[in-house]
Amino acid sequence: MVRLRFQQSLDDLKERLLVMAGMAEQAIQRAIEAFRTRDISICDLVDHGEVAIDRFEREIDQMALDLLAMEQPMAIDLRFILAVIKINADLERVGDAASSISDRVRDLQAFPVVDLPVDIPRMASLAAAMVRKSLHSFLEGDADLARSVLSLDDDVDRLNDSAFFALSNLMKAQPELTPQALNAMMIARNLERVADHATNIAEDVIFWVRGADVRHHVHRSPGSSPPAAD
Amino acid sequence: MGAGIQVSGLNASYGSNHTLFDINLNMPANNATALIGPSGCGKSTFVRCLNRMHETNPIATVTGKVLIGELDIYKDLSPVEVRRRVGMVFQRPNPFPTMSIYDNVASGLKLNGFSNRRVLDEVVERSLKDAALFDEVKDDLKKKSGASLSGGQQQRLCIARALAVDPEVLLMDEPASALDPVSTAKIEDLIFQLKSQYTIVIVTHNMQQAARVAENTGFFLNGKMIEFDATHKIFTNPSDKRTEDYITGRFG
Repeated sequence: MVRLRFQQSLDDLKERLLVMAGMAEQAIQRAIEAFRTRDISICDLVDHGEVAIDRFEREIDQMALDLLAMEQPMAIDLRFILAVIKINADLERVGDAASSISDRVRDLQAFPVVDLPVDIPRMASLAAAMVRKSLHSFLEGDADLARSVLSLDDDVDRLNDSAFFALSNLMKAQPELTPQALNAMMIARNLERVADHATNIAEDVIFWVRGADVRHHVHRSPGSSPPAAD
Repeated sequence: MGAGIQVSGLNASYGSNHTLFDINLNMPANNATALIGPSGCGKSTFVRCLNRMHETNPIATVTGKVLIGELDIYKDLSPVEVRRRVGMVFQRPNPFPTMSIYDNVASGLKLNGFSNRRVLDEVVERSLKDAALFDEVKDDLKKKSGASLSGGQQQRLCIARALAVDPEVLLMDEPASALDPVSTAKIEDLIFQLKSQYTIVIVTHNMQQAARVAENTGFFLNGKMIEFDATHKIFTNPSDKRTEDYITGRFG
């Protein structure tokens, strides 16, 4: 094994990204806990965490940029750094989604708690599981595990669609509940986005490990011909 | 125009030392093909087989077939004719030190018996222009010696000298490894321009250079061609683990 210093730098980059991933995952869990308990002090924790996540994002981008400029990585190392840059952006957006949910929880403080026809905890649990699984696939470099994340996105999309439908009907039937319904709709939308980011992370892991681009349901390797139309 | 190169079943040895093993390779016309691999892997030997320089060593032997265009260079052409069709540029610029810039470029033609001044003037100017050197030396063509130029200019002079005999293929063995980044960039730009007229084979240890200039790249290891593919495929997602380990610096 040569280029030991470079390999060490790649390990450092991975470790740094995993620390940030832990923070993004925690931010989502906290935001959902804040929604469940209506506890504003947890919202404050989410906001503090968001500042740290943004700082990590800049730091990781700089590390990746330095490695690209100084080490001219190739093949699997190049794909790894490219994947890190993209996962970094997705994690920052997960942090944004947590922050946005926290804002909605603050808004909801002004209104009475009501039963809403939307299973936010279930959506949150699914989206958080997708994030956890995609990050585990990154940690292990496991493309099969990453691939298993992709199908879960459909479940979250379906929950979001049914939440939208049910909450729209509720607003028509009981307009006085519109503020609560709108905030719940936006929380569901944010959770759906978190699931999308987890999907992106999983796709980036597959690209890193296999060199295959599976975004937008296109299954092809670099250099191969585009698939024939069905 | 450049000619395609088809190599099949090529084996080369120095005495009892077998250095190339059954190489099969198609290099398309008017493309640049980069050959990479660790020192001693056989890539320079391979290139020397493409212009019959390998056999100039008395203990060297070659078997197999090398077609330049339609012609088998080991059956249909003499070594002299092969080297007219296949020019070569080496790692260190090697202009003839006592000759003027003009005579350096014209030397190949003069050796082949050309003496018509007007033809020589035209060829020297065209070759220097093709090598992107003419504007820098046009006022000193017969006043200055080749050795008085900078390293980068000397290398382009050697390229002009190779182009003057109108080859179909240009072999380049580490053509920029002794040059500074600006001269290297000029040589790389030149390779890009020359592809429209010549088929280029470049041996390089600089993988970024291979990635920049070549359409196809071949990876040699221990005298064998391990992988040959489109350059972007080799450098982003090679098929063979040994290629990946080499280009990512895990060995070599």
